[in-house]
Amino acid sequence: MTGAAAWADAGLAAALLAVDPGLGGAVLRARAGPARDAWMEMFARLAADRPIVRVPPGIEDDRLLGGLDLAATLAAGRPVRSAGLLDEAAGRTLVLPMAERTAPGLAARLNAARDRGSDFALILLDEGAEPDEAAPAALADRLAFRVALDTVAMADLGSEAYEDVAAARARLGAVAAPEDMARAMATVAAALGIGSLRAPMLALRAARAAAALAGDASVDHDAAALAVRLVLAPRATRMPEAPEDDAEEPERETPPEPDKDENRERETEDERDDDAPIPDDVLLEAARAAIPQDLLARLLAGAAFRSPGAKGGGAGDERKSKARGRPAGSMRGDPRHGARIDLIGTLRSAAPWQPLRRRIGDGADRVLVQADDFRIKRSKRKAEKVVIFLVDASGSAAFARLAETKGAIELMLGQAYVARRQVALVSFRGDGAEVLLPPTRSLVMTKRRLAALAGGGGTPLAAGLATAMGLADQARGRGVAPYLAVLTDGRCNVAMDGTPGRPRAEADARQVARALRATGTRALVIDIGNRPSAPARGIAEAMGAVYLPLPRADARALSGALGAAMEGAA
Amino acid sequence: MPLAFPYSAIVGQTEMKLALTLTAIDPSIGGVLVFGDRGTGKSTAVRSLAALLPPIEIAAGSAYNLPPEDGETAESVPTPVIDLPLGATEDRVVGALDLEKALTKGEKAFEPGLLARAHRGFLYIDEVNLLEDHIVDLLLDVAASGENVVEREGLSVRHAARFVLVGSGNPEEGELRPQLLDRFGLSVEVASPTDIAERVEVIRRRDAFDRDPEAFTMTWAAEDGAHREAILAARKRLAEVTLSDETLGEAARLCVALGADGLRGELTLMRASRALAAFEGATRVTRAHLRAIASSSLRHRLRRDPLDEAGSGARVERVVAEVLPA
Repeated sequence: MTGAAAWADAGLAAALLAVDPGLGGAVLRARAGPARDAWMEMFARLAADRPIVRVPPGIEDDRLLGGLDLAATLAAGRPVRSAGLLDEAAGRTLVLPMAERTAPGLAARLNAARDRGSDFALILLDEGAEPDEAAPAALADRLAFRVALDTVAMADLGSEAYEDVAAARARLGAVAAPEDMARAMATVAAALGIGSLRAPMLALRAARAAAALAGDASVDHDAAALAVRLVLAPRATRMPEAPEDDAEEPERETPPEPDKDENRERETEDERDDDAPIPDDVLLEAARAAIPQDLLARLLAGAAFRSPGAKGGGAGDERKSKARGRPAGSMRGDPRHGARIDLIGTLRSAAPWQPLRRRIGDGADRVLVQADDFRIKRSKRKAEKVVIFLVDASGSAAFARLAETKGAIELMLGQAYVARRQVALVSFRGDGAEVLLPPTRSLVMTKRRLAALAGGGGTPLAAGLATAMGLADQARGRGVAPYLAVLTDGRCNVAMDGTPGRPRAEADARQVARALRATGTRALVIDIGNRPSAPARGIAEAMGAVYLPLPRADARALSGALGAAMEGAA
Repeated sequence: MPLAFPYSAIVGQTEMKLALTLTAIDPSIGGVLVFGDRGTGKSTAVRSLAALLPPIEIAAGSAYNLPPEDGETAESVPTPVIDLPLGATEDRVVGALDLEKALTKGEKAFEPGLLARAHRGFLYIDEVNLLEDHIVDLLLDVAASGENVVEREGLSVRHAARFVLVGSGNPEEGELRPQLLDRFGLSVEVASPTDIAERVEVIRRRDAFDRDPEAFTMTWAAEDGAHREAILAARKRLAEVTLSDETLGEAARLCVALGADGLRGELTLMRASRALAAFEGATRVTRAHLRAIASSSLRHRLRRDPLDEAGSGARVERVVAEVLPA
C-alpha cells in the first residue's frame, strides 16, 4: 500500500470512529512524528465533541478509579476525594501513549470500564518496533481499527475533506444493512483466519458507519468493502485462498440458517432484493488488497507472537518491591500506589513534632500527621526465573540425536513447570538463530514448538548464543533472572555473519560466549555429541558454564544439574 | 448500569452455560473456570447470568452484603458481579485500614475490599492465569474457608466472603497452578464456533442488541424469565434430590479410574450432578447426570502430565465411556 493510500485509509478510520465511537477506537501503530500528530489532529477535529484525555502509561489506581486526595485531605482535615479518569471518561476519547508497554492491570481496568457501559473511544499509540512489541491483545481486540502510518511520507499528509460527521451521526441510527451482511462478514473473517468474533461484529458496525458517512440509507458494496479493508484485513492471520477456486466454497457448504425459520424467509426475500446480497468474494478481494505485504514474512517469523499482550504481561514480570514479598523494614513514601503503610513507623516519625504542630495548628486534639511522616513497608522478593533453552538443530550431531535432545528438554521443561519458572526456546541451524518461543509459562505452547522443531543445516553457534543473550538481557530488564541451557555438540561451522568456515565460526562463538560470561548469565552446556568433545567443553569454559555430556547424563542427572545450577542463580 | 446482553440469547457454548447455571443453583459447587479463545463471550455470559438472577436482600447500606437481621431495614440489590482486575493490590482485594478515617478522625476502621463486595455473588477474574501468585494464594484461602481474615496494620477483622469464583483465560498465555485449578468446581473449555452459521447468528444477535438494547432484551425477556424460574425452582428442589449409594459408588469409581487428585473431584461430581438433576426436575441423580457433568467436574483435576498432548477433556471422556457406559 502506498503512503498516500495508507493515509487516506487512516483518515477514513478517523472519520468512521468519529461517526460511531461505539467502534471502540483504533490502534495507531507508528513512531511519534508528524504523521501521528496529523492523524490525532484530524481525529480531534472530526470528533470535536469528544475531548481527548491522555492516560499516562504508569497511571496509578487512585488517579484512574478515583480515591482519596491525600494532600488535600491532610490540609483540610476532612476527606477530600478526587474523581478518577475513568469516572470522567464517558463521552470522551482516551489516548494511551506507549501502548505496547501497557501493564495488564491497566488493560483489564479499561476493558472492565467499557464492558460496564462507559462509552469512551480509545486510541492506542503503539510505538512497538518489533512484531512482538504490541499493544495488549485483550485491549486491541475490542477496537475496530488498526492504523499503520509507517509508510506515510510528509508529502502524503493532506487535509482530508469528509462529509459532515454530525449529519452522518444523525443518519447512523437509520442505516439499514442487508440481512446477509452478517454472514458476509463472518465468512470473510473466517477466510482470513480471524478467530475472535468481535472482529466481524466491529466490521458490520463499521460498514454501517461508512454508509452513514457516505450519505447512504443502507450498506452498499463500497461501505462493506471499506469496513473489510479497515477492520478485517489488518487482523488477517492467513492469506485467503485464491478467489477462483476456494474462496466461495465455505459459503456454499454452509447450511442456510439453523433454527430460525423467520430468518430463512427474510433471507430469501433479500436475495430477490436489488441492493442485497454482497458477494463474499468481492469483500475478500478488498481484504486481499489491503493485507499488509509483510504478512507472510511476519507469520513465518513470528507465529509465536500472535498474542503479544500476554507475554511480558505474565504474572512474573516487573514486580514492584513495595507491595510483595517478605517485609524488609520501612521507608519514607506515599502510602498509596500499592504500597502498604507502616502505621507505627508513621506515627513514630510524626510524634516528635506534635507539640510544635499543635502550637501552630488549629489546636485540635488529634495527632497531626503530615505527608512527610508517611512510612511505607518495604519488602524483598525472590527473583523470578526464566530458563532459556538454546537448541542446536544443525545437521552435524544434533540430527542424529535431535529426538534425544528433545527428550532431555522435555524432562527439564517438566521440572521448570513444577517450579513455576518461565521457559523460552531458541534454536539455531543453517545460517542463523530463531526465537521459537519467547519467555512463557505455557507448556502447551512450548511442547508444540518443540515438536515442530526440525533439524539440518550448518551450525551457527555464535548466532544462537547471541540471540539467547538478547533474550537474557530482555529478561534481566524485566527483573527476571535468566538461566541458559545450551544443548549443542559445539562443532560450529557458520560464523556470526552467516558465512561458512570452521575457524571463524569457532572464534565468533567463543567471543559471544565470553560476552555472555561477562553479563553474569548462569549457564549449563549439555554436550549432545556422540561422545564428549573438546569444542563443546571449550565453549562451556568460555561461558563459565557447567559442562555436562548427554551420553552420560540420565534423566536424574539432567534435572539434578539444572536444579543445582538454578539454585546457584538465586 | 447498562442493560446486559440477555443470557438466553447467547448462541451455543452449552457447556459453559450449563456450568454457570449449575453454580447459580448451588454455589457450593465452587466456581467455574472458563478457558478458551478471546471473543467467545466469556465475560458476556457471566454478566448476563448475574443480570438474570433475582436481586438479593441485604441490610440497608451493608458494605458486606449481609442479609438483614431482625429489625434492620432490608434493601434489594442486584446479584453482585465483582471484577478482580489483574494488578489489583492486596489492599483492594482483602480490604485495608481505612486511611480516610485513620487520618481525619484518628479512628482505626476497616475499609472492605473486593472480597466483601463479592459476598453472595460472583467474583470474576478475567485472565486468571496471569494473576499474581500472592493474590492467587489469598483467593484460594478465602474461597476454601468462605471467610476473609485480615490481620494487618493493627487491624483484626473477619467477615464472610462466599462467592462463586469465575475465572477465564487463554491457556496459550500461561497456566494455572494445580492448587488453584483444583479450587474451581467446574472447568469448561470454550472455542470460537467454527460453524459459519453459528458465527453469523452470534454477530446478528450482537448487532441487534447494540442497535436497540431495550427492544432486544424485551424479545428475550420471556426466555430469560423462564430460565430464572428454572434456576429458582431447582434451588428449592435441591435438598430433596436423592443420591443413591450406588451412584455415589459410581462417582468414586470414576475418580479412581481417572486418578483424580483428592476428594474434591468426587464432592464436585456429587454436587453438580445433584444440581443438574434438580434443574431437570428429576428427583434422584442418575448415571446420565454423572456422565453429563463428568468432563466439567474432573478435567482439571487429573494428575498433570506436563507433556501430555491430548487434552484432559478427551481423557475424561474415554474413561467415562469405560467406567460408566450409557
